[in-house]
Amino acid sequence: MDSVVNIWNLGMKELRSIWRDKVLLVFVLLAFTLVIYTAGSAGSMELNNTPVAVVDEDQSALSGHVIDSLQAPWFLEPDLIQLNQIDSVLDTGSHTFGLVIPQGFERDMRTGQPTSLQLNIDATRMTQAFIGAGYIERMITTEVAEFLRSDSSIGTLPINMVVRASFNPNLEGTWFGGVMELITMITMISIILSGAALIREREHGTVEHLMVMPIRPFEIMASKVWANGLIVMVAAIFSVTVVIQQVLAVPVRGSLPLFFFGALIHLFSTTAIGILIGTVARTMPQFGLLLILTIVPLQLLSGGITPRESMPDLVQNIMLAAPTTHFVSMAQAILYRGAGIDVVWPEMLALAGIGVVFFSAALALFRRHLSI
Amino acid sequence: MVDKPNADAVGTKPVARLESISHCYGSRTALENVSLDLPAGCMVGLIGPDGVGKSTLLGLVAGARQLQQGKLQVLGGNMADSRFRSEAAPRIAYMPQGLGGNLYHTLTIDENIEFFADLFGLTGKERARQIDRLLDATGLLDFRGRPAGKLSGGMKQKLGLCCALIHNPELLILDEPTTGVDPLARARFWDLIDSIRQQQPSMSVLVATAYMEEAERYDWLVAMNNGTILATGSPQELKQVTGTKTLDDAFTVLSPHESQQDESVGVTITGDRQTSALAVTTTGENDIPAIEAHNLTLRFGDFTAVNDVSFTIPKGEIFGFLGSNGCGKTTTMKMLTGLLTPTEGEVSLFGSPLDARDLDTRRRVGYMTQSFSLYSELTVHQNLLLHAKLFHLPPERIQPRINELVEEFGLSDVMDQLAGDLPLGVRQRLSLAVAVVHSPELLILDEPTSGVDPGARNRFWDLLLRLSREDGVTIFISTHFMNEGERCDRISLMHAGEVLACDTPAALIQQAGEDSLEGAFMQTLEAVDKEPESQGDGKVFDTDTSTLLHHSLFSPQRLLAYARRETRELLRDPIRMSFAFIGSALLMMILGYGITLDVEDLPFAVLDQDQTAQSRDYVTSVSGSRYFIEQPAISNMTELEHRMRSGELSLALVIPPGFGKDLKRGRPTDLAVWVDGAMPFRGETIRGYIQGLHLSYLKDLARRTYGTVPTLSLVTVESRYRYNQGFRSLDAMVPAVIPILLMFIPAVLMALGIVREKELGSITNLYVTPVNRLEFLLGKQLPYIGFSMVSYASLVLLAIFLFDVPVKGGVLTLTLGALIFVTVTTALGQVISAFASTQTAALAATAIVTMLPTIQFSGVTEPVSSLEGVGALIGQFWPATWFLQISRGVFTKGLSLGDMQGAFLVLVAFVPVLTLMSVLLLRKQGR
Repeated sequence: MDSVVNIWNLGMKELRSIWRDKVLLVFVLLAFTLVIYTAGSAGSMELNNTPVAVVDEDQSALSGHVIDSLQAPWFLEPDLIQLNQIDSVLDTGSHTFGLVIPQGFERDMRTGQPTSLQLNIDATRMTQAFIGAGYIERMITTEVAEFLRSDSSIGTLPINMVVRASFNPNLEGTWFGGVMELITMITMISIILSGAALIREREHGTVEHLMVMPIRPFEIMASKVWANGLIVMVAAIFSVTVVIQQVLAVPVRGSLPLFFFGALIHLFSTTAIGILIGTVARTMPQFGLLLILTIVPLQLLSGGITPRESMPDLVQNIMLAAPTTHFVSMAQAILYRGAGIDVVWPEMLALAGIGVVFFSAALALFRRHLSI
Repeated sequence: MVDKPNADAVGTKPVARLESISHCYGSRTALENVSLDLPAGCMVGLIGPDGVGKSTLLGLVAGARQLQQGKLQVLGGNMADSRFRSEAAPRIAYMPQGLGGNLYHTLTIDENIEFFADLFGLTGKERARQIDRLLDATGLLDFRGRPAGKLSGGMKQKLGLCCALIHNPELLILDEPTTGVDPLARARFWDLIDSIRQQQPSMSVLVATAYMEEAERYDWLVAMNNGTILATGSPQELKQVTGTKTLDDAFTVLSPHESQQDESVGVTITGDRQTSALAVTTTGENDIPAIEAHNLTLRFGDFTAVNDVSFTIPKGEIFGFLGSNGCGKTTTMKMLTGLLTPTEGEVSLFGSPLDARDLDTRRRVGYMTQSFSLYSELTVHQNLLLHAKLFHLPPERIQPRINELVEEFGLSDVMDQLAGDLPLGVRQRLSLAVAVVHSPELLILDEPTSGVDPGARNRFWDLLLRLSREDGVTIFISTHFMNEGERCDRISLMHAGEVLACDTPAALIQQAGEDSLEGAFMQTLEAVDKEPESQGDGKVFDTDTSTLLHHSLFSPQRLLAYARRETRELLRDPIRMSFAFIGSALLMMILGYGITLDVEDLPFAVLDQDQTAQSRDYVTSVSGSRYFIEQPAISNMTELEHRMRSGELSLALVIPPGFGKDLKRGRPTDLAVWVDGAMPFRGETIRGYIQGLHLSYLKDLARRTYGTVPTLSLVTVESRYRYNQGFRSLDAMVPAVIPILLMFIPAVLMALGIVREKELGSITNLYVTPVNRLEFLLGKQLPYIGFSMVSYASLVLLAIFLFDVPVKGGVLTLTLGALIFVTVTTALGQVISAFASTQTAALAATAIVTMLPTIQFSGVTEPVSSLEGVGALIGQFWPATWFLQISRGVFTKGLSLGDMQGAFLVLVAFVPVLTLMSVLLLRKQGR
């Protein structure tokens, strides 16, 4: 009972301290509003404003149609260049694609002579190159088919494939970027807040002060977990309901309370990680450097930026120990695919387990560091 | 008041003339309209407690702080004029506050002095002679290979003095040179100063001190309080005017404002009932001592901090622990509180062995740490309330107890102020109030009065006496003020981890045959001094050393001095070193694997409602590709929904009934494909894959059925994947990761570089030595460029050997690009460092400024030409964009220097722009 009272009192103190630190509060507020808005509205990995250069040796109506078909927002207005410029535009990287329309293209099409256009692709631009090549190919085929509509020599395909993108029919980046940024911010801000809270106590000497009072290390840690977790939770709820649902107008399929419940479990493990780093680091700059080394893999390898299945097995297995991996998969399932607790309970269990492990590790280390 | 210095006694022309000088830090006024002439050729002392403006005044005279208001003439020139300041720098020496404040703690004695010799342009034999002479005179010759951080306080100060005297200054400014140094070392330090002054009678010395005893030996004093001058004159004059015997008393009389408050605290003494009751109950068991320590020893590695310390303290006693900074006082106290576990020996509190986990013992002890350790962001009331709650005072007792304490400790006027905003003396009272909130039987106080003015110290001791005498509280207190030791019941003298003597003050004085505790302590110290610092012949100056005062506009020697020093410091800092190398290699691996855009091994499953040879044939064509891995079949639409929802499947195929029949009869048939669109680019890629597979299946099917491939479209697009035929993600990403890391890590390390000096205080050397801003910046930048190039080499090796990414172009071109790029990124770090004031701020700013533009706007995943609005603009003006072009150009496109001269030129242009920004942002003087 005494323990609960201590955890409550210390946590209230924590909240008061953060309330006084207006710079930190503004920083948290920005992270959960402006940053998420920016990521949601700007960061898209699908095809957007792709620069194409075209060598039009045919100068015909059909070649004009083909060039016109490459339109915004997927493509920038194509730049017309000479054949000998192709290498240099690709070398300097000013264009991702160099399309060559040969002389006699329209004539060949009219006379039913099969012909081919050459598409030079800067394959170092992986996503844009791959998706864009498919788009350009489809555009050209469609243009030509329309041009020759009267001609019935083209057979229909025996199997017609209908592709439907589940959960995000138009494959809109906004949906994805905003929510993934939210996950990143929940993780990052909670680690920073709890870790910095501990370092601040150490730098001000108040940790020693606490340790000579009738308080257990467990109570100190638990108070930091709940107080800092609460702040991030409040900010996250605001961010989802206002920024993501209202401003970015992302349709949320699943149950928000379920998502917030999962986020709560996630916060337990991330605040524990923050305390762990805060214990290892002796000063704020060291904490910052360690933070970078922790946050980057947590974020990049969680499956939120690139698909997990494409990573090497070793990385996939190591990342099973990271809370973000489970949180990302849980958040995607709930928010995009409308999954319920019957689907996401394994992730929640994993998050709780990881939280307990990190919390115990932090506690053990915290005790040891204090006694030196 | 004595206004003018006695002209006959102290020379004629003033060394410094201050006219109505005021100085503020934000809203706090440090100096208020101070006018003063400091006499030349003598020892001038500034006396007063902490925070009254002594350091500000010295900093202004030294040129380390920028003049805000008023006129200041030093050595006959105007200190507001930057040209005069740079001429005067070699004539002034300044030793800032704090032990070794201007020294570099990881550097050895020799390296420190050499650094200063370089800054002042000393060269050749003369320089070696001068260094030897100084080390000999100060007795440091035998320790020249030892890092400054491992010297004792006294030795650090002597080294600081050597560095200050290297250029034979006309004005020597010492800011509290002996604070926290043991009495013996203090006496030796002043002997040294005296001998230097005898050799160089024309030199003026300006000293600040908190020890009134020391001030007795100065020629002329300036007593300061609250940013104003209380009085000036010789020590005799001050004592005469105030009619007191000691300077301590004279100062108390001179400071007018707090004397009334003193009395108001005095009359409100009311004994706390609870504590008196406790005192009564404990008198019966007086035979059990409050603290018993037996043979306490604590070692950190091979360093013995406390060696075989024993003592017994009976209840109700005030026991004093006297010694210099770093002698083991704090460590011993931490062992008593259970914060540290002794390596050997044991502690008993109230008769039972100390158990660090026993919360009940903690309830009987109050502890006050050396530095202020309350929550400065909480108010006085909140602090008291929090501690009362944490000690579980009964709720109905909390408010009355707080009221008692507030009254007793005179805190009623400040209840709603933040603890961090309180003056030092009041803060210490609050700390004590917090320490006794739970009416402990034992108080452990670690240097509670350090930095507090004499009047406030007196009142603090009155409180302690009352707690001890009226409430029977045992008090264990440490201090480095000898006159406080005299007020304890018993004291123990501590030095270098050992207790030298332990008795009542009177007995110790008597045993030593001295008339003061200070004398007794010094005698005891001399008896045990294991490493007597040889005094040398004391000859510091040579007659021909005055020739070195030439002033040059730009000096490679000074630049290299900074470069050499920074390299040494970096090499000796394991955290930063490992971050630079292990960190960049680790991040390279994470990013190399993490930003993979290959989409492979995607799980898919089939809802086959047809179950014919044809449908199975189709499925085999999908599962046979390297992109998809087949999972157990789906039995109905609900299951499909569920498995897609959990993220288990990225792709689901639905083959309708009659698929095989229709296909055989040549009737068009439909096939539905579900793609997980939660991750858009992945969804796009999957769609691309499955459409490609579908087409090739159809062609294959036609070939098998009809023997020919029908013309599906007259036009075909012949795709040529250039530079990366295998379409391998690593080949595209690794060349992009190198610029990201070379942007980020050098910038972070560099950004911490200058701010560290600001936080640690060594930035003062930029302010007061002849080094100029450009020399300082370039000198500090060189080592980081070198380090970054080593890190670059390791990244390229990782790329080639671990990730198997071939370099198609010239390595030399790439290296040249990298060299220019890291010069730019370190320069960017310097710009941030020049305006940030704390390491944390610099770190955060660098992370925010570099991360987003480098990853999003420099063309790593999306070409800069595809960006819109602000992003596109930032991308064009971001150095990483251009080095990314060079890196990808060399790695994947095999381009030469000539092909990319545009990118090279843009990169080079960043260097002068950023350097100029740093020069403009960096201040040559402190505020």
